[in-house]
Amino acid sequence: MATYSTNEFKSGLKIMLDNDPCSIVENEFVKPGKGQAFNRVKIRNLKTGRILEKTFKSGESVEAADVLDLELQYLYNDGELWHFMDQGSYEQYEANESVVGDAAQWIKGEEMCTVTLWNDVPISVMPPNFVYLEITDTDPGVRGDTASGGTKPATLETGAVVKVPLFIETGEVLKIDTRTGEYVGRARD
Amino acid sequence: MGDAWSLPDIRTPLGARADLYQRLREFMRVRDILEVETPTLCATATPDPNLHSLDTTLTLPDGRQRTLYLHTSPEYAMKRLLADGSGAIYQICKVFRDEEAGRVHNPEFSMLEWYRPHFDSRHMMDEIGELLEWLGFRSPQRVTYEAIFRAVTGLNPHTCATAELQLEASKAGFASEQAERSELLDFLFDHIRGDYMQDDSPYMVHDFPACQAALARLRHDNWPVAERFELFINDLEIANGFYELNDSAEQRWRFLEENRIRKQNGRPQQVLDEAFLAALDALPECAGVAMGLDRLLMCMTGATCIEDVLPFVLDAK
Repeated sequence: MATYSTNEFKSGLKIMLDNDPCSIVENEFVKPGKGQAFNRVKIRNLKTGRILEKTFKSGESVEAADVLDLELQYLYNDGELWHFMDQGSYEQYEANESVVGDAAQWIKGEEMCTVTLWNDVPISVMPPNFVYLEITDTDPGVRGDTASGGTKPATLETGAVVKVPLFIETGEVLKIDTRTGEYVGRARD
Repeated sequence: MGDAWSLPDIRTPLGARADLYQRLREFMRVRDILEVETPTLCATATPDPNLHSLDTTLTLPDGRQRTLYLHTSPEYAMKRLLADGSGAIYQICKVFRDEEAGRVHNPEFSMLEWYRPHFDSRHMMDEIGELLEWLGFRSPQRVTYEAIFRAVTGLNPHTCATAELQLEASKAGFASEQAERSELLDFLFDHIRGDYMQDDSPYMVHDFPACQAALARLRHDNWPVAERFELFINDLEIANGFYELNDSAEQRWRFLEENRIRKQNGRPQQVLDEAFLAALDALPECAGVAMGLDRLLMCMTGATCIEDVLPFVLDAK
């Protein structure tokens, strides 16, 4: 079992905590003048995404998490599982709904996603920062209205709903920022 | 790599430090407290299990060599002067602590340490308050360790079961499963004191748990408490003081206990400073305090990390 000593702690280090893989976000050395030294860390649970604050006695060892981020291409969804492929090794990985989470609403196929593996099994999927998706349904556009600033909902080909300006039409391809879920522009802009 | 010491990007308040030292010396002079120097290089290292001494090798002209240790505080040597009849003394010096670096820790830092024969804890806390006012701070609010602990956790730190501390620590995010009572107290006190000290006034915390007495006397009220006090400003630990233990047998027993913990932690056991122990029985009734001057400067200049008040920053990379 690989371990890390607290003096190796730094942001990005992957460790096991309460049986879940976690990533260190922040590490601070804390010590009373006449007392025990501690490492106070902010830590992200890689399965839930939640940030926790934990404190370790300095000098202790903590189990390392076998965690790897891979850039994988999203292939297809078979109705139950999402399938991804490593374009270098052609190795395929499957992820279920709880692992794919919110990423599902932004990917339709061929996107390169960051897939986090723990012991070779996907535990989270990050879509690309920007995706290009076609509108399948929105209210008819108000032609020429590029200035009024109003918005309306539009349904994309993946099922996601985003707010768009009034002049946007069904069938147009939009650029979306997946981090905010917001419309950025038309794909051709 | 390159030069180990580099000038920081922003010019540090050199003037603030010079001004502080001058005011400290004026404060001491009007009280007839004598400025002294003691050796930085010492024949023995402190057995305190949580303090790690840097060592170096001295080579004499005839080729003989011996290991010497940079002091982690000038306490032992200053107590030898007191036992020799020096009267009230103070020192401003650099002290060195291995394995300590961080936002509010530098491996070498500046310390003001002073001792007052015939003072007890209360007198010493009064004088620290006078010094703070002299420097432009408010006088500290005085509160017991127990009052802070009870207010935030509901536990009596002197009498509650270690299992209760462990449970409270786990709730507060303590991830280590094996910890001694004193370590649990250290974690919890660090974690909770911010909830208690919500304004920016200085706080003087006194009457520490007996297991954290270090070099302080014990006082037996309903339960034993250590005659130890600490000053906090803006949640920063600034000073630590004791009504000094002057019983060499008790001190030897504490040192041996500290060496036992060192062994348990896989640390080298330290040779005891016999000259210090021999002097202790002649130590007058006195109180003493050590104050971190870099952190005091942080409070005076509004700095958020210790590097902001250091003229040179150690490049540890």
